[in-house]
Amino acid sequence: MEAYKLEMKSISKSFGGVKALNDVSLRVKKGEIHALLGENGAGKSTLMKILSGAYQRDSGEILVDGQPAKINTPKDSKQNGIAVIYQELMLAADLTVAENIFIDDLAAGSVFINWKKLHSDTTRLLVSLGFGNISPTEKCGNLSVAHQQVVEICKNLSRDAKILVLDEPTSVLTFKEIEHLFEILKRLKANGISIIYISHRLEEIFKLCDTITVLKDGCYVDTVDVQDTTRQLLVNKMVGRELKDMFPARNAKIGEVLLRAEDLQAGRMVDHVSFEVHGGEVLGFSGLVGSGRTETMRAIIGVDKLEAGKVTYMGETVKFTHPEQAVKKKLGMLPEDRKVQGLLLEQPIRLNTTLAALSKVSDPTKTIIFHNKEKKLVAENLSRIQTKYNAAEDEVNSLSGGNQQKVVLARWIMADCKCIIFDEPTRGVDVGAKVEIYNVINALAEQGVAVIMISSEMPEIIGMCDRVVVMNKGRVTGELTKNELSEQSLIRLAMEV
Amino acid sequence: MKKEFNIRKFCVNYNVFIIFSVLFIACTLLSESFLLPINLFNIGLQQAAPIFVAIGVMFPIIMGGIDLSVGSVMALASSGVLAVMNKTDIGLGLGLALAVLIGLACGLLNGFLVAYCNMPGFVATLATLTTLKGFAYLITNGNTIKVTGNVLLDLCKRDYGYPTIIITAVVIVLFILMQHYTVFGRLILATGSNRTAVELAGIRVKRYILSAYVISGVMAALAGMWLAARTSTSNAVLGQGAELNAVAACVLGGTSLSGGRGSALKTFVGALCLAMIGNIMNLMGVGAYIQNIVQGIIIVFAVLMYGI
Ligand SMILES: Nc1ncnc2c1ncn2[C@@H]1O[C@H](COP(=O)(O)OP(=O)(O)OP(=O)(O)O)[C@@H](O)[C@H]1O
Ligand SMILES: [Mg+2]
Repeated sequence: MEAYKLEMKSISKSFGGVKALNDVSLRVKKGEIHALLGENGAGKSTLMKILSGAYQRDSGEILVDGQPAKINTPKDSKQNGIAVIYQELMLAADLTVAENIFIDDLAAGSVFINWKKLHSDTTRLLVSLGFGNISPTEKCGNLSVAHQQVVEICKNLSRDAKILVLDEPTSVLTFKEIEHLFEILKRLKANGISIIYISHRLEEIFKLCDTITVLKDGCYVDTVDVQDTTRQLLVNKMVGRELKDMFPARNAKIGEVLLRAEDLQAGRMVDHVSFEVHGGEVLGFSGLVGSGRTETMRAIIGVDKLEAGKVTYMGETVKFTHPEQAVKKKLGMLPEDRKVQGLLLEQPIRLNTTLAALSKVSDPTKTIIFHNKEKKLVAENLSRIQTKYNAAEDEVNSLSGGNQQKVVLARWIMADCKCIIFDEPTRGVDVGAKVEIYNVINALAEQGVAVIMISSEMPEIIGMCDRVVVMNKGRVTGELTKNELSEQSLIRLAMEV
Repeated sequence: MKKEFNIRKFCVNYNVFIIFSVLFIACTLLSESFLLPINLFNIGLQQAAPIFVAIGVMFPIIMGGIDLSVGSVMALASSGVLAVMNKTDIGLGLGLALAVLIGLACGLLNGFLVAYCNMPGFVATLATLTTLKGFAYLITNGNTIKVTGNVLLDLCKRDYGYPTIIITAVVIVLFILMQHYTVFGRLILATGSNRTAVELAGIRVKRYILSAYVISGVMAALAGMWLAARTSTSNAVLGQGAELNAVAACVLGGTSLSGGRGSALKTFVGALCLAMIGNIMNLMGVGAYIQNIVQGIIIVFAVLMYGI
């Protein structure tokens, strides 16, 4: 029998009557990258939170190096060499890189901090991961998300982690950064560190991982070697049914120009941007994170100040200074960061869903809310994109990441927009639900809605868009029509200056 | 998925009602006079002002801010109205309307500073606390103003005198309905919960932040009138320290100081709890100093219960 670095046996966990995990097992070998796959709400994050001691299991056993490990608190977990990197990074933005990495023990056991040693230790760690370019004295808040992730990994390595968990690390990274991360992970693996890797992007799993464990609805489904399986087989295991078409066909008539932007300028990130989108069209925006795509849209809907340029919307020149004006004219934008810009985390799902469409659930003067109507509409719209939730009165916080995303999506579907901007609509969403979201986008386009889709996932851009605008450093570097689309052409334009 | 009864959630949600029941039973057992109609009536009359202030202050707190200036608003509004009443013969109705106007102005000032000048509520209302109190001193000249005649006493006549109590009850019900059934109430809560997200959903959040402070100002002004009515007098220190009592009632009622959570009903019950504690100690002849100590301790325990 092969020795496992980590075994989780028959783990069960309920949240007030909802079984999030039911008799789940996971075995990870030394020096392997083990993927944890499953739909939104399958229980992946919960299982990892049990491993990290953030949640206590109801039953089950955890073995590290074959020995039963008592993991009940985050401290126990650390002592067993386990490190979990959550999607929401937990760095102190105002502290420097070095301070963050050694935050547990800045003075290395003594009373005073030896800054020189601290900084050289930090540099050594960073260099070992190939990131000598990050300065130990830089404040973490100033780093890109990708670099913050590197710091987070260093922090855990400095604590002698032997088992590293990454929960959807790539959903905020660009393709360059993802490649970098994969290099790091492979290097760590070669050093004998076991990695548990959660992602909804199957192509990553095939590129990176050795073994795959699939969960579904809180239950263990299967563990397979990556060589012995195919994308199709995995999807079937995860979804529990055949998923024929990742990108369903769309039968939309492309109509008049609905929104035209000419020579837009706003801040440093929007530099003479022009584009137009027609009714019934899905226009993609591709580029690296920080290429100015989001900023362009924010300036159009009036969140940020539009300094120069002209926006024509539905035949008239508009200049929105507040999103209220845009939403009133049926131009909406689904923000990219659901936790910060999208959700009211401690409020019920119901309230979150109807936020942009309160006129639909109130009297014509927009004064009184009709609760029954609201409940009905919320249930309809959420089930349309297959959101998994317990009760509409639950806090949105208690949903799994992907289902939270669906709540924000439902909010904008309810708002009946004529032109809708989706900023990373499928971030953190599982394959099955992605297809549902694509179906929704298609349905919108078929109704004549102009859809703008900002996305960092190239397969999605290629599969879904009629036309793609590529941006880099605040400028439009090119436009591709459907038959010019390919990963190479997108990457080339995204790197162009 | 089956749903079980979740006792912990129940305790957190209904904490204030549990505390209220316990206190009520304790009070009944501790003193025979507690349940006498005259005593309950007195509580109602005395508590109208603190309840108004507490419900008002709850709204800035829901916004993640606070209104420290309520005490000064109480003094300014009541002194102002009483001063006018002494000069001209405006009736009770106009007097209350004037108070509302003064409260509105103060609330607009606070709300403007917070929503449109991006000041933290704590700082903005600390500044207006001093300034408004200064105005109250100017009006009263540092003395106590007394209205001659008993227009104001009509608000709290003992024999049939329900006006204050009835108005209080109606206002509480209106606020509960407002929070539960109106778009306005919904958006106040939403704005307090995540301002950025609400703004991106196409809502002018600054207006709601402003409204929160306006509600607080108006409620404080009326509270000032309730207090002044009981003695037909007012002065610049009327209502001093009212903000602390109000925040205590809000916290007892489960209002989150970081914003996004707060219910008029629970804040009302929270204020009643504080009232009962004060009342029973009076009935039992406990000295004022000890009362302060006990009150503080009870608040700490009540809030700890939310953390279980
Ligand atoms: N703190 C909590 N309170 C109540 N229910 C919870 C809590 N955390 C998770 N759940 C529930 O447990 C289930 C599993 O959630 P989990 O976050 O583990 O899913 P996931 O597999 O990570 O999904 P995703 O891919 O969307 O991130 C979900 O149904 C979720 O609603
Ligand atoms: Mg998750």
